[in-house]
Amino acid sequence: MTKKNPQGEVWIFAEQHEGKLNDVALELCGKARELADALGVKVGAVLPGYNVSGLAQTLVAHGVDRVYLVDDPNLRNFTSSPYAHVMDTLIEKYAPQIVLYGATPTGRDFGPRVASATRSGLTADCTELQIGDVVDSKTQTEYKNLLYQIRPAFGGNIVATIVNPEQWPQMATVREGVFSKNEPDASRTGEIVEEKVEFEPGMLCVEVLERFVEAKTVDLKGARIVVTGGAGVGSKENFQLIRELADALGGAVGASRAAVNCGYIGAEHLVGQTGVTVRPALYVAVGVSGAIQHIAGMQDSAKIIAINSDPDAPIFSIAHYGIVGDLNVIVPWFIKAIHDRPVE
Amino acid sequence: MSSYSSIVLVKQVPDTSKITGDAMNPNGTIKRSALPAIFNPEDLCALEAALEIKDRFGGTVTVVSMGPPKAAEILRECLYRGADRAILVTDRGAAGSDTLATSYILSQAIKTAGNFDFVFCGRQAIDGDTAQTGPQCAEKLGIPQVAYLLDVIDVKDGHATFKRSIGDGWEIVRTTTPVLVTVIKDANEPRPQAAIKVMRNKHKRVPAEVADPATLAPEDRLEQWSLADINADLERCGFAGSPTKVHKIESIVLKKEGRQLVEPTEAGVRSLVAELVKDRALG
Repeated sequence: MTKKNPQGEVWIFAEQHEGKLNDVALELCGKARELADALGVKVGAVLPGYNVSGLAQTLVAHGVDRVYLVDDPNLRNFTSSPYAHVMDTLIEKYAPQIVLYGATPTGRDFGPRVASATRSGLTADCTELQIGDVVDSKTQTEYKNLLYQIRPAFGGNIVATIVNPEQWPQMATVREGVFSKNEPDASRTGEIVEEKVEFEPGMLCVEVLERFVEAKTVDLKGARIVVTGGAGVGSKENFQLIRELADALGGAVGASRAAVNCGYIGAEHLVGQTGVTVRPALYVAVGVSGAIQHIAGMQDSAKIIAINSDPDAPIFSIAHYGIVGDLNVIVPWFIKAIHDRPVE
Repeated sequence: MSSYSSIVLVKQVPDTSKITGDAMNPNGTIKRSALPAIFNPEDLCALEAALEIKDRFGGTVTVVSMGPPKAAEILRECLYRGADRAILVTDRGAAGSDTLATSYILSQAIKTAGNFDFVFCGRQAIDGDTAQTGPQCAEKLGIPQVAYLLDVIDVKDGHATFKRSIGDGWEIVRTTTPVLVTVIKDANEPRPQAAIKVMRNKHKRVPAEVADPATLAPEDRLEQWSLADINADLERCGFAGSPTKVHKIESIVLKKEGRQLVEPTEAGVRSLVAELVKDRALG
């Protein structure tokens, strides 16, 4: 187990694939900066890869003080064991107090492996992170400056705050879009620490033979308008209505977890705690009941319209405009009204 | 032809897709008893992947679950589909385990169950969606992991080749065995239960399920293990072994100021669109 180090840095995992940093890594830089400033410590970024030293300055510009660069041909492609070993080794050496990962397929793959090796806690899919104090109700022990790992809890409109009082580093994963990316400051300076990590043969036994990345077909995060369908849409065929409304508005198509689970549409459209967080100018929720996991991913939208036949659906309590009625009737009217709209 | 030994980790979970107001306690927490308990969907896909390896290359499939005695229901479902051996780890000392403690207990159970070539588990369980227990088990077993299985391409000579999802694409990876593989729902279509296997296994129970375990015939007895049976260090199980603690739970009161109800009529919708245009929410 790693020792508790209240002077430890706040770290992020700088995820990159084929020499390109993930958006979520840069989003985490800004949040790490905020947490580190509250604690009076530095921000570190762990950057494993091959021929990736050029990315270090980008991390610094986004708020990182110290980039731990591990440049090694064995790290050209992501595989779980060597990436976890890099993290384990550096955590052991530098004892950071907090480590944040993007809740991407990669972060969710090797982050738990690091938590297991370091016997530390890892909270998945946090929607907010803060620094705060905790008093243990049983022992009355007071813990200063812990990481509050806040996430919607299973079932219902409740939010849980998780802490790791004893077993550090305190680790969390965060989905893309939950935190906003800061404007980069090219004049910021930081330190680049080159680290060499040795691998045992057993860690290198997974080999990537072929890799295929699809062009991104859905850009929910960048969309100015998002139209989301929920379970209330009723069928895969009927989801066409959602696409037509999105087309009429010039927006992107989103989906609730229930709609994805019912097979109406692919998970790449998922809005919410376990999908993408969006902040569009206009958000239209159609047949979405409004579980807290969904609301966590869209409540900061500038304008929210909810269409649902159930007047008690929780979505209405956060909507600016609510229409109680049958979506099969309302949505066609909506599309028609958009086509006929007055031009300013 | 070689044959392969697979272990599948399975979990019984409340069916979170059936959440309604009736399933909620007044404090906003969930009444687990009000929801049907089901086989975690991606764990069924993990079982299917193991059964397909058994069908193609020969071998055995052992399923392991941790949970209350009632969780033996899903172990029987595994036998109905073709699993050879089923083990339930049930012990009050396991209550309150977070993912780290759970993975410790499951890895001890796997070590106790014997040699294996593959451990399959669902990517994540629908009651938490953390996707952590699988990778944590792999680390504790000291074996590689391949996450998000889409397809088993080949298995031979101590190696396996898999196609796995990377979210916005896929990869073909080759690994040595033993290996732990997490499986997603796109990997396969779980097979139905076989009537003859239902007939053969429907009377099987773990001792904790029956009032008087002495009445359980040996051929009807499913394996039930305590933490002592798997040589678990109690300090690493349950609440004691869980680094994450719940600091507080808050109910969220959702309220937007100045909310407007729009008439569910064509005229109502038209006036809404006009307002959006005026506010420049629409281009």
